[in-house]
Amino acid sequence: MTAAAVPAASPATTGEQSGVRMARSRRNAELSLLLLALVIVAAYGATVEATVLDTVTPDFWVPTAVLAAVFLALHVVIRFLAPFADPALLPAVALLNGIGVGFLRRLDLAKAAPGERESLAIFAGNGGRQFAWTLASVFLAAVLLALMRDHRSISRYAYTLGLAGIVLVMIPAVLPARYSEIYGAKLWIRVGGFSIQPGEFAKLALLVFFAYYLVRKREVLSLASHRVLGIDFPRGRDLGPVLAVWVLSVLVLVFEKDLGTSLLYFGMFVVTLYIATERVSWLLIGLILFFGGAYLAYVLGGVIGGPFENFHLRAEIWLDPFADPYEDGYQLVQGLLALGSGGLFGAGPGGGQPLEIPEVQNDFIFAGIGEEIGLFGLSALLVVYLLIVERGLRAALAVRDSFGKLLAGGLAFTLGLQVFVIVGGISKLIPLTGQTTPFLSAGGSSLMANWLLIAVLLRVSDGARRPLAGAGGSTARPGGGPPEQLHGAPTEVIRP
Amino acid sequence: MNAPLRRVGVVAMVLFGLLFANLNWIQAYKADEYRGSDYNGRVQVAEYERKRGNIEAGGTALATSKETGGKLRFLRTYPGGEKYAHVLGYKPVTLGDTGIERVENDFLAGTSDALIGNRIKDMFTGDETGGGNVLLTLSKRAQDAAYNGLADNKVGAKKGAAIAIDPRTGAVQALVSMPSFNPNPLVSHDSNEATAAYNKLDNAPDGPLKNRALSEVLPPGSTFKIVVAAAALENGVGKNTEIPAGSSWTPPTSGTPIRNAAPSICPEEQVTLLDAVTESCNTGFAQLGVKLGADKVKEKARQFGFEQDDLTVGQLGEGGLPTAASRTGTIEAPDGTTDPAALAQSSIGQRDVRMTPLQGALIAGSVANGGSQMRPYLVRQLLAPDRTTSYYTAKPRELRQPVSGPVASDLRDMMVSVVENGSGRNAKIDGYRVGGKTGTAQSGPQTPDHGWFIGFAFDKNGNPVSAVCVMLEEAGAGGSGEAARIAGKIMQAAIADPGGR
Repeated sequence: MTAAAVPAASPATTGEQSGVRMARSRRNAELSLLLLALVIVAAYGATVEATVLDTVTPDFWVPTAVLAAVFLALHVVIRFLAPFADPALLPAVALLNGIGVGFLRRLDLAKAAPGERESLAIFAGNGGRQFAWTLASVFLAAVLLALMRDHRSISRYAYTLGLAGIVLVMIPAVLPARYSEIYGAKLWIRVGGFSIQPGEFAKLALLVFFAYYLVRKREVLSLASHRVLGIDFPRGRDLGPVLAVWVLSVLVLVFEKDLGTSLLYFGMFVVTLYIATERVSWLLIGLILFFGGAYLAYVLGGVIGGPFENFHLRAEIWLDPFADPYEDGYQLVQGLLALGSGGLFGAGPGGGQPLEIPEVQNDFIFAGIGEEIGLFGLSALLVVYLLIVERGLRAALAVRDSFGKLLAGGLAFTLGLQVFVIVGGISKLIPLTGQTTPFLSAGGSSLMANWLLIAVLLRVSDGARRPLAGAGGSTARPGGGPPEQLHGAPTEVIRP
Repeated sequence: MNAPLRRVGVVAMVLFGLLFANLNWIQAYKADEYRGSDYNGRVQVAEYERKRGNIEAGGTALATSKETGGKLRFLRTYPGGEKYAHVLGYKPVTLGDTGIERVENDFLAGTSDALIGNRIKDMFTGDETGGGNVLLTLSKRAQDAAYNGLADNKVGAKKGAAIAIDPRTGAVQALVSMPSFNPNPLVSHDSNEATAAYNKLDNAPDGPLKNRALSEVLPPGSTFKIVVAAAALENGVGKNTEIPAGSSWTPPTSGTPIRNAAPSICPEEQVTLLDAVTESCNTGFAQLGVKLGADKVKEKARQFGFEQDDLTVGQLGEGGLPTAASRTGTIEAPDGTTDPAALAQSSIGQRDVRMTPLQGALIAGSVANGGSQMRPYLVRQLLAPDRTTSYYTAKPRELRQPVSGPVASDLRDMMVSVVENGSGRNAKIDGYRVGGKTGTAQSGPQTPDHGWFIGFAFDKNGNPVSAVCVMLEEAGAGGSGEAARIAGKIMQAAIADPGGR
């Protein structure tokens, strides 16, 4: 860890040192951690079977073994394609994904008729579908690692991705409700029995664009003109892009009826803006704009209804879910009761009643799991999420180029923000919004998008920890030198 | 750009810290509230995950649980059907629970604090923790006699109650309320079926869900004379003291004369207290009550247990089936002074005097037990799920001492005289010393009279073995005689039951 931090602090002077000190790829650490995660996943599966079926079936290990094969394959891919990638990321994500699949399978077991439980196929039900999505997602992550041999190479497609991101965000908003609306939020594209959440992918595309755009504009945006209360505020004409994204977020809020996604995009942008410009004023402007907008939407929803009505209702439920415990507040109430019933230690894997919560496999999976693993288990999951976020930020600190810093920092924070939005939502910390819980919730779009996010973080962390080409000699960087418009790390002025 | 990145890292930690703090709030601080919330269906499913313990009496399971294979794993069944319904109550899925099922719920469900050792042990041995078993004091034979006696009563009464208590301990030997109900449909896992069954019972005109033995209050009629006689005995009147009687007596302030049930009863100017009780002389007791004064009558009734509204019948500690308070009512004129007319009527158990069958049995029981009234109880023992350990064994406890030993002895002789020579002959049991007092209470201008009998039986060694109260609501003519007959059958069954209960 410190090895990664040192060159980041003063990359210009530590090139030679880093060649020696960063030679350790830490792949064996990754392997041991991954095996540990798989043991936990296998133990979880066995406990679920013991509790739900009263016996551990002889092939309880099969789902874990298949997952193990997939994750180990990715591990091997990383060994070859990103040998210096952060060793904690893959095991942490594998643990979450494994628990998610295990919990979805546990739901399938509970739903199945008592006589059919023992013979429930691995690829049956939600658990099986999630299983298949995991295989596909990990495969895609490996493909992305193979194609993107240097994270800077994607900056070439920044404008294309930005446009694609906006289009992806807007598709559900403009589609008729029956193709896009599920439970009041228009976030999907539904064709036949198949639905994808384009917003999950848009998140990645937009972030690449933000990172690229801000690297180019950071000098302009950093210029201060007004100083109020010790804080530098930017020139009025530089507010343009922020306002544009703010408008985009509000449009999402209004047309897709989803505060969470809107908060996610806006938070993502403001944070990358802050990282790029180092101006606290941007954070303040962003927060004021967002909360002002949200409050305005709440008030408008109460007064004129219309497109703001859904948000107003959600806010009302958040303020007092027990006011209408059987109708509007039902899901949130049941989620809270599940968490409360779990208490400190939980009912044990398989020991709870997660099906009391409607649609527990989606937004409320954290509450369903929480009933069974308790506060201690959930705290452990939160720490694993936090670990992923902080390792992502560590990669951002260590990587030498601005684009990489913004990309990794933005992605890591976005992942954390998404966890905050959904877990905060189901635990009544903030109004509930339709977000998926990364790596846990049933749903291919979310799983795939987040695995791609992890692939990018792996790539950036590999770039950060890889010995400099000149020093090591053996690891010539594929994909050519940095894109011309990016100012490389050596010319970076790192503020204390 | 590293400084803001580090700050973003701190922001992420703060956000997760908020999540963590909030989860602590929900899963630790609010956990108990949420776990037991009315909206929480888990409480119920979890309750049915564990095999609920039995409720038993005399070695027979009266309430038991059998496995269903459904979402709710165990179905509660009551093999005794209607016979034990008012004692056991019922434990439905969505409706409220009642009876012993309610008051001993924690122990039966296995969630009681007392059973924590068992739960921990089973956690290690892997056994399934069941609920504990509740053993009742009921005597199967006495309960059969009470249930059949009421159901087949010869005066055609539709409503009534019978309760038998062991005078020495307070253990309830029989408790029946008529009409009864079948608790099995109420505990159906099909909530529509259960609700329909409940609504039907709840709307039935005779109120089958009501436990008349503990909570129906009716004018006790002449059975109340035992209370007045007790007050008289303590105020200088002996059992052979002559008291004024007559075929009719009009209280000083009222034009309505008090008469006797038949012209043959105490037409003499004076009768002994013994004869007044034996014959159930209304005019004698009306004058006796007025002479004693309202305060003494009320105080004696209170000492027998009237006015107590917090008595429960279950374990001998907290909790148990609730009972209604018996009342002597107002005996005052509007100006606050004693109204002799009201007092005269109250002294023969009319006017505003109201008594529960339980209170009647307690009066008879305290007379039989030498003046000591034992606290009634239904729960004899709480047994661990594996039946090895006992968590509670009833230790009989005196509730109060309404009368002294000599007064109790006089009252006993008078009540025995009632059964041997007077209105309570139907209660006679060959070879046993039985005492009692009948009561016929006017229920209203248009409705038939209520028939009462309170009584007791002594075994051959001179020990009181059973004290009974039978009440037949709106039974009409012959009601108290029929009540006495049923009471005799119940006491006979209680005597015959091996081991008493």
